[in-house]
Amino acid sequence: MKADHSLDCVGLYCPMPIVKTSQKIKELKKGEVLEVVADDKGIKQDMPAWCKSTGNEFLGVEEQGGEIKVYVKKTE
Amino acid sequence: MAEKEKLTIVVFSGELDRALAAFMLATTGASMGMDVQMFFTFWGLNIIKKNEGSIKSKGIIRKMLNFMNRGGSKRLKLSKFHMLGLGTWMMKGLMKDINMPSIDEFITMAHEMGVKLIACTTSCGVMGLPEDAFRSEVDSLVGAAYFLGEARESKVSLFI
Repeated sequence: MKADHSLDCVGLYCPMPIVKTSQKIKELKKGEVLEVVADDKGIKQDMPAWCKSTGNEFLGVEEQGGEIKVYVKKTE
Repeated sequence: MAEKEKLTIVVFSGELDRALAAFMLATTGASMGMDVQMFFTFWGLNIIKKNEGSIKSKGIIRKMLNFMNRGGSKRLKLSKFHMLGLGTWMMKGLMKDINMPSIDEFITMAHEMGVKLIACTTSCGVMGLPEDAFRSEVDSLVGAAYFLGEARESKVSLFI
């Protein structure tokens, strides 16, 4: 999936990927896509929940080996 | 935009592990766009005491209490396996190993994210804690009625 911005959260555990995402998303313009790269499996459930709460759009997950990429579109 | 949903947390305990749980939820709540308030009472006040300097309180018993129960984010113990400090030291090592923020870092982070840190006036009175015993991130000293007023409007309210 194509993204406008990327955030490296490899090596970080809950709640840091979510905390960093909430900070990073402020730098994005409406409609832009953020890719978050992580290796903590929790993010697969946490990011959709975060999107639901904040009103951003969850676009999906891509997994390669131990690396998890989640995609979020800024809608607010 | 609609009014933000509220998360209120009573932090009664002063142990490292319980403080971590409280700050993890507080910072996550703030990340999710919630209006978060942490209400520190009794042993929980140890978490938000300044790490430096001595605490000036009146009366011999309060002086003794604040000497033995000094507090400060860097002095917190684990609720289990403290083992004269060895267990707590090892746990801090494990946390660092997975890049987890320390309580000190969590306090700064929470404050920067707009989490309100509030101390209970009654506990401060009982324990003889002046306002300057607390770190600068602490927003105000309030009573139970304030907390309940906020808690009844909260979507989530926790006691840790």
